[in-house]
Amino acid sequence: MTTKLLTSSKSRLALGALRIAAALALFVAAAPWQFAGAQAPAAPPAAPNPANVEVHVLHVQGNVYMLVGAGGNITMQVGNDGVLLVDTGLPGTSDKVLAAIHSVTSEPIRYIIDTHVHADHTGGNEALAKAGNTIAGGNVVGDIGASAGNQAAILAFQTVLDRMSAPTGQQSPTPQGAWPTETYTTPERKLFFNGEAVQVIHIPNAHTDGDSIVFFHRSDVISTGDIFVTNRYPIVDMARGGNIQGIIAGLNRIIELATPGPTDEGGTLIVPGHGRLCDQSDVVFYQEMVTIIRDRIQDMINKGMTLEQVKAARPTQDYDPRYGATSGIWTTDMFVEAVYKSLTKKD
Amino acid sequence: MGKVRLVKILGLALSLALIAGPALAQTDPSGEWAPRFHEDWLERIPGPEIGDYLGLPINPAARLQGDTWDAALIEIPENQCRAHGADYAWRGPSNIRIWKEVDVASQKLIAYHMYTSAYNESRTIYMDGRPHPPDYARHTWLGFSTGHWEGDTLAIFTDHLKENWVRRNGIPRSDEATVSEHIMRHGNYLTVAVITYDPLYLTAPFIRTTDFVFDPQQQIAPWPCESVDEVDRPEGEVPAHLPGTNTFLDEFPAKYGIPPQAARGGAETMYPEYMLKMKDMKLLPRPKPAPPQ
Repeated sequence: MTTKLLTSSKSRLALGALRIAAALALFVAAAPWQFAGAQAPAAPPAAPNPANVEVHVLHVQGNVYMLVGAGGNITMQVGNDGVLLVDTGLPGTSDKVLAAIHSVTSEPIRYIIDTHVHADHTGGNEALAKAGNTIAGGNVVGDIGASAGNQAAILAFQTVLDRMSAPTGQQSPTPQGAWPTETYTTPERKLFFNGEAVQVIHIPNAHTDGDSIVFFHRSDVISTGDIFVTNRYPIVDMARGGNIQGIIAGLNRIIELATPGPTDEGGTLIVPGHGRLCDQSDVVFYQEMVTIIRDRIQDMINKGMTLEQVKAARPTQDYDPRYGATSGIWTTDMFVEAVYKSLTKKD
Repeated sequence: MGKVRLVKILGLALSLALIAGPALAQTDPSGEWAPRFHEDWLERIPGPEIGDYLGLPINPAARLQGDTWDAALIEIPENQCRAHGADYAWRGPSNIRIWKEVDVASQKLIAYHMYTSAYNESRTIYMDGRPHPPDYARHTWLGFSTGHWEGDTLAIFTDHLKENWVRRNGIPRSDEATVSEHIMRHGNYLTVAVITYDPLYLTAPFIRTTDFVFDPQQQIAPWPCESVDEVDRPEGEVPAHLPGTNTFLDEFPAKYGIPPQAARGGAETMYPEYMLKMKDMKLLPRPKPAPPQ
């Protein structure tokens, strides 16, 4: 009995290690440091060890919670209908994400909404979708069979699926189980879940070309993905269709959707892609910063300055203490380069 | 005779005990407090001049934000009702009410509450030893405050602050700053010493004191704020000066006969000995007074 348990335990450990290795390989394959359009750092930073990850749960307001620590922030809406997740964190963190979910509710995961393609936001798609199920019946079950309800639905903008999959006969960058099962190509998609309207809004060509923000109307919470973060300058993934003008348009849209409370504080709460819980005024500060830097670089371009001259002029220097970096996945130089290239890009 | 002496001694001891008061000598700051605006009047009520960074221990990044700040930024609807931060709120048009919350059963002090007239700001200073929130929790204008007694002084530590300003002319205070406050009551006077520590924009702690007078007849008026579109602007436009283009920066040193170099601020401009250094600095020509109307 002891031997069997040990063997079983060893097997689980080995399987777990294999899963983590595979997950990290996936993360590397779609890693956020592979942002073309800006100078890449000499070597990628060490991938976080999922074994050391701690996932914390913070009640935002209404039906909505924020899960922190699994990579990108995860937004969770809970109720009698089940669980809706916005993003799923890094690969290899799903067990801890599930434990965090179960600390709040025992209801199954029904929906996952991917805000964009990067692996720190979609890495848990497969594991978390399989841990859930979809309420299915009628013609759907009749046509597809009982398996129609075997996992949670994964919703994303169409280009997320395009980038996670591959044409027939080619190797896809992510396993099929992680792919979105439902996509949209319209400006927005609406759901009604757990007694509230859930508005999924596409922001074109911003952080990537497949960004969505999610507005939980009754709870009054917006989940922004990486269009808004609090810990660095916005990442503009130009290789995947990102553009600084789209980032600014997205920030303006979030500000427009949100309603502040008295003294411009509270009211609609904002879950950023990374960093702390926010409200509209935090987005306003960030939007002002990004817009001011965009305008400075545009002025330098208008004066005929080259990219190297713009970098040397340090157009971000007054914001660098707060958002700048000289190393890591997104340096200040990479941001300036991405803004410059966004503004000089010829369509 | 012996009995009389014993009674006298006991009476004296009782009197001393009554006069001595509580052993911890905590001086309760509760009450209605009125500001005294003659203290730093020019900075507080008319408002600081553009480019006046005197006495601020700022770094070059803070200075550049000040140089490129455009006052029209306050007029954007999203900024019109923005409240002051905990470290600046004492300096606003701040009539203040302070009261304490006590656990009825144990009579232990749970918190001090504070209401500030400017922007209807309500603040809680927890006195029950509770921990501060995690770093991923929300930041607010007034932050999260905990207090303790240092003798008869109420000492407060605040973090989780939103970005705000050190001076109301674009000099920033970051959301990573922490604030230490010491509230001292001397009878009918309240002195509040505020020390701002900002690792991002200040090179040294910035210390400011503000005084209030006890005013039990004070009735604080409400401060409703509703933003409106004052100027028709393109969506998302952010008023700002491009670096090197703000022509208003010289007005302050020229108007007051202060060397422009001194107006740029920095830690050394906080100290009296800096005035000796100023004697050798060049001045800008003073503007001609406007002709009488």
